[in-house]
Formats: sequence, C-alpha cells, structure tokens
Amino acid sequence: MNVLAVDDSRTIRDMVRLALGQAGIEATVAEDGQHGLEVLDSMTPPDAIITDINMPKMDGFGFIEAVREQEQYRGVPILVLTTESAQEMKTRARAAGATGWIVKPFDPVKLVNALKMVTGQ
Amino acid sequence: MDPMAEIKASFFVECAELLEGLEEGLLQLQDGDEDPETVNAVFRAVHSIKGGAGAFGLEALVHFAHRFETVLDEVRADRLTLTQDAILLFLKAADVLSDHVTAAREETSVPSGKSDNTIQELEALLDIDANESNLPEAEVVADFSPMMLSLDLPQNDAIPPIGTQFRFITREGLVESGNEPLFLMRALAELAPFQAEIDTARLPDFDNLSPSKTYVDWTLKSNEHVDQSDIEAVFEFATDLCEIVFEEQTQIDFQNNPQIVHPPQTEHRETEQQDPQIVTDSEAIEPSKTITINEATKPKNLPKQPVSTATVRVGLDRVDRLVNLVGELVINQAMLSQSLSEIGLVSNTSVASGLEEFQQLTRDIQDSVMAIRAQPVKPLFQRMSRIVREAAEDTQKKVRLYVEGENTEIDKTVIERLADPLTHMIRNAVDHGLEKPQTRKQVGKTEEGTVVLRASHRSGRVVIEIEDDGAGINRPRVLKIAQDKGLIPEDANLSETEIDNLLFMPGFSTAKEISNLSGRGVGMDVVKRAIQSLGGRISIQSTPGQGSVFSISLPLTLAVLDGMVIEVAGQTMVVPLSSIVETLTLAEADVQILDQGTRIVQIRGSFVPLLDLAEEFGYRDAGAYPENAVVLFILAEDGERYALVVDLIQEQRQVVIKGLAETYGHVPGVAAATILGDGKIALILDTADLIGNAGHTDQNKLSLAG
Repeated sequence: MNVLAVDDSRTIRDMVRLALGQAGIEATVAEDGQHGLEVLDSMTPPDAIITDINMPKMDGFGFIEAVREQEQYRGVPILVLTTESAQEMKTRARAAGATGWIVKPFDPVKLVNALKMVTGQ
Repeated sequence: MDPMAEIKASFFVECAELLEGLEEGLLQLQDGDEDPETVNAVFRAVHSIKGGAGAFGLEALVHFAHRFETVLDEVRADRLTLTQDAILLFLKAADVLSDHVTAAREETSVPSGKSDNTIQELEALLDIDANESNLPEAEVVADFSPMMLSLDLPQNDAIPPIGTQFRFITREGLVESGNEPLFLMRALAELAPFQAEIDTARLPDFDNLSPSKTYVDWTLKSNEHVDQSDIEAVFEFATDLCEIVFEEQTQIDFQNNPQIVHPPQTEHRETEQQDPQIVTDSEAIEPSKTITINEATKPKNLPKQPVSTATVRVGLDRVDRLVNLVGELVINQAMLSQSLSEIGLVSNTSVASGLEEFQQLTRDIQDSVMAIRAQPVKPLFQRMSRIVREAAEDTQKKVRLYVEGENTEIDKTVIERLADPLTHMIRNAVDHGLEKPQTRKQVGKTEEGTVVLRASHRSGRVVIEIEDDGAGINRPRVLKIAQDKGLIPEDANLSETEIDNLLFMPGFSTAKEISNLSGRGVGMDVVKRAIQSLGGRISIQSTPGQGSVFSISLPLTLAVLDGMVIEVAGQTMVVPLSSIVETLTLAEADVQILDQGTRIVQIRGSFVPLLDLAEEFGYRDAGAYPENAVVLFILAEDGERYALVVDLIQEQRQVVIKGLAETYGHVPGVAAATILGDGKIALILDTADLIGNAGHTDQNKLSLAG
C-alpha cells in the first residue's frame, strides 16, 4: 500500500511514516495542502491519503476539495488526522469529501487498521 | 537510536522553530500587522506544538498549549479583539510555552504557579467576551479523548441474541466521501461471516441513474453474535452517511446461500480501475501512445524521494573536522611557499604563479568553510526580546526592543558564547539604562523606552551594539562608587571614557545593586571577560540624558586570526593584530624608570607603562632588552595603553588558531598556538591577560592616567 500523508508538523510526518512503515505501508509526505497537490501529481496514485487540517498555504479542507475535483482521485479514501474534534470541523471536512476522521494523538495500530479498512485491504 | 526517541528529538527541534515563528508572528501583530494569515500562523505554531506533544504524552505541555490555542482560536475566529495588552499577554504566554517545551525536553517541570497564572490571565481574556464566546469546558476535555459515536440506535434487549442482524441504509455522499460500501462490508467480514441481502427498492429508472450515487441498502446477517460496538466501529467514519439499524435476529441458512461476504480479497480493484471507455479500432493507437508519453515524461519513482530543500543538516563535528583540515591545508601551503622561497624561487615562473594561485584557492576554501559555520544572529536576537519583556515586567518599565541587522552572520561558537553576556547587557539596559515611565514623561520623553539591538559588519569584524534611549551613564555616581570601593584613588582625575570604563572593573557591581535582574551573579567585568575570550572588544558611548551605546566588536571566526609575528629572545610568537594600535622603535631616551622599578615610555607627550615580553616570560632580566627593540602599543579594553617590548617584527599574516586549553589548561598570557610556515609552533599571546597578570597594579596604571 502506498499512502500520501500531508502535515505541516515534521514530528507528525515522521510519526506517520514510522507507524505506516512498521506495517509495511509506504508513506510519501508533504508539508501543506499546496505541496500535497504537487506531490500527488508526481507520485504513483496513492491508495489512500492522510491529511491534517490546520496547515499553511492551503489547509486540509482546501486540499481535500482540490483532490476530489480531480477525476482520478474521486474514490481515493482521505483520512483527516488532526487534533481538532469539533463537529463543525468534521462537517466541513465531510462536505469537502473526507472519508474519515482520526483525532491526534493517534494510535499507530488504529491508523493502520483504518487505512486497511478504507482501502479494503 | 530508537526511532521514537529520534522523532522526539526532532520534535524539540521543530518546537524551537515553531516558538521562533510564534514570537515573530506576535511581534508582527504588535507592530500593527493585520494580515489574518499572521494570526493563523501564530495559531498553527501553538497547535503544532500541542499536536506533537500529545503524541509523546507530554501532558503539561499539551495542557498549556491547549489553553493558549483555545484563546488564539477565538482571535482567529474574530470573536476576540486583538488589543496591545492581549498581544503582550500572548508574548508572555509564548515565553511560558517555551519554558514548558524546555521542561518537557529536560524532563523537569515548569513552576505551576507561573503556568497557571498565565492560563488564568489568558482565560480572563475570554471572560471579557464571554457573552459571545462559547467554549464549554466539556469540549476541552473531549478534545483528547477518543471520538464518541452518536448513533441513533434502538436499545437492544438485555439478553443478547445468538446471531446478529442489522440494516445498512446508505445516504447520499457515502461513496463520494471515499467510503466504499464493499470495503465496509469486508471489514465487517473480519468480525464474522456475514450474509448480505440487497434492497433495491430505491433504485431509480436507468435514465435517472447517477453513477456516483448509492441507491441500494443492505441487510446484513450473521449466525454469530457480534457486539454492536464492534459493528459501529466499522462504520465509524460513515456515521453521518449511513444508518445502522439493528434488528431482531432470524436464522439464516448459510449452506444454501451463496451471497456471503468473505474476508478481504483484491479482485475489486481491477474492476474499479478498468477504463469503461469503448475504443474503436481507428482510435486505438492514439490513447496507448498518450500513455507511453505520460509514462516517459513522468519523473521516475519520485514519491520515494524526499522533497529536496535548500538546506542540508550536517553534524557540527563534521564541519569542525573540515575546518581543522582546511587549517592544516593553510599551514601546509605556507610551509610549501616558505621552502620554495628558501631554495630560491624565481618570480614569474610557472611554479611561482602556480603557488600564488594555490594560495588564493586555499584562502577561498578557508573562507567558504568558515561561511558554513557562520550563522545569522537572528535566533540570538530573538531570544533577547524575551529578556527585554521579562526585564520590563520586573522593573515596571515600558520597553520596546528594535532589532537591526539580524541577518548578519557570525561564527556559531561566537553566537553561542555571546548569549550570556548579551543577556546581561540587555537586562542592564532596561534595568539601569532606561528611566521609569514617570521620569521619562517628566523629561519630555515617551513613556515607552527603546532598546536597539544592532548587528553589522565593520572592517572584517562583526559589531553588535546595544543602544538605549535612557538617562545615560551617571558619571558622578559611577565615580563616587568607584572611589567608595577603593577602586580608584580619591583624587583620581579621570576622563569621561575612563569613568565609563569603570563599569567594567572587577568589583564595581555591588550587592546593593543586585536587583531581580542584575543579580544573576554576573558583573560587567564578567561580560567583558567573556567578550575578550571571543577575541572581542567592548566599548561604551554615553550621553547624559540621551542614553548609552555598548558596542561589542567580534572576529568573524575563532579559527583564524590576523596576527603580527614577532620575535622575543629567540622565540617566535604571534600577537593578535586587533589588539595592536601602533608600533614604534624604542628609543632608550624615552624610557624612564619609576621608584618601584616600573618602566614607562613617553610617547607623544603621555607616559605609557612598558612591558618587556621576554621579561614577563622569564627569558631575561628587567631592562635587558636589546637596542632597537620594537614596542607594540596595545590598547587595553579600559582604553588604557601599554607598550609591549619585542625584539623584532617578522611579518603580519593570518594564522590558524590551534587551541591549547584542551591539553594544557589555561596558560597565563597565552591564548592559543599556531603553526608557522617553517613548521614551527608559535604561541599566540593573550594581551589582555598579559597586562592583567603583569606586575603593574591598577594603582600604578591609574596614577598615570592623569
């Protein structure tokens, strides 16, 4: 499995990469929404995307919308990984096209299970 | 290192950057920046710290960051007005946050009083706007507990049925959000074998069918008992896009039913990705061609490559090794030149020009390597803004810090060792330099005092200035203190500069002056020593009523220095060029001997104490220096001049500094050593130390000052 993880925090990116790596999932990382779109363009289409909400340049909502606008990524599962848990935020993320919502700090096993679940693997 | 520990270490590095950005953003807001992105950036910095801290279970840090973030979020949402007072409080909170980060890194804790008080002050901001803000405490707590599911489910009977059955009713948006029903059912099948019955009642006519919508519902049955919570967990991400309705169980005949959902298999992906387009024969070549081109133009396997940035992180030890090697190269080059000139090198030959080029290259490499160690003073200056804030709070003064030339670069070690003296000087500027707001008002100044921290390059050195617009040095008072303490004779007649320099005398700062701020066990004499040990100089300019400027002049690097190669009683030594004011041939007629045996030399009408280097090092007796000896006039940091007698000046050149302290400890009068062109080792002298250690007491020195 190949996953794109977008987060402006290097720590979180490292942790996601570590968590996924231990489960044998390849993670490609990007630092913000805009960067995420660029990386998405240059990589083999990911099986799933993980994104933060609060990011500079382009936030998670904008990123999810932009991904969903692209025909080939309509069905790619997008998990939001954030410290936010307000319903309003979740609703916005859902409207943008998010598949699921995981609250940080995350449990590596749960994250991997969620990824396997949404990708049907 | 264990990967988690490694990530944790990098988290703290990231925190430092975030804190820097936080402070920078707040300072921009303080200056009237109204860009919402600045507020966002400030919020994100705190948010990211909280996020990372949560991952490592750093609870105190998370707790504080969370409260801080909550208030910042109100600002971000325009529910809280950003007043200057609020910004000041945020700056203070940023300092406390920084303390929390440090405490977390060092596994200590922040005094709870300070942290709690700041939290209270922060939340007091919210109370003002309480009628508008809606932040129930429960929300705060819920943020870090696992997400709760809110499904409207009928309560089941107390006795669990043997089997499980529920309806899975899809709503619009399920598939669009990437929640593929098939995958959900696969996850379900991991729990137990389920049988799916499709309900196509909602399926419209083919003409009205939209491919991106779901029109079917399912009834899922299992003969095994599955906990409702486990089923809910499967549908966790889709709670708002489907309905799960648990039903009374009926027996299912698995044997005869082929529609059982089996544990994960991957046949689905192929069908999903199949291109539904029908391609006619004539067009068939076209698309495949496009694909080939696409494949070729696509950068190969980019994803694995981390995105390149303009910086490379390199361990300092590697850089230092390079610096050392370049030092060796410089020495070798010098030795080569020397031996070639000894065997009689003819100029204008290819060897000579090659050697010249080699010399130039060596110099360039050396500069480039030094540039690697050079860093902007910005982080150091940024730290000072906190010092100013704390000092202002402690002294009840209003202070604004202005920073100039923060991109000026200087050797990393110099920056590190500059932090303490600079901190002390900044505190002094606020504590002693600036007046109280009322006093300032009375003399027609703005209540808010100004401290300027400035860095610039000046003739191959870096000059750092700390300027305040306070009352200036109170010279009569300084003189009085020095006299009272017996630092100078009662009748001493000192110039303004000399009085100012009394501040640097050991024993000048007193216990009486040890306030909250200055009482950190550092006097200005210690500051001066610290600057000197960096090869720097410090000086004061002060105008009564208008303020003072403390200037620190520092070498760009600690690895090389411009030196004067001299000879003393057959020994070759190096005197740092920066300490030499002037050189003269010594005329015996100008030398006078005082009662105590002290020799002085008259130069341009004033008397300067004479110091024979060879005598100081015990090579010869007093006054036994040769005829036509040379004197180097050394400017001591207090503005006093000394005449250093040497036998002869060889040359002026750049030398590579080789530390001795590691092997020999501190040798009085010796700063370091170097290797000269002939391969011999020469000591680099520490003139300030020499003068301090010389038999000449302050008494003598000052009695001459008039």
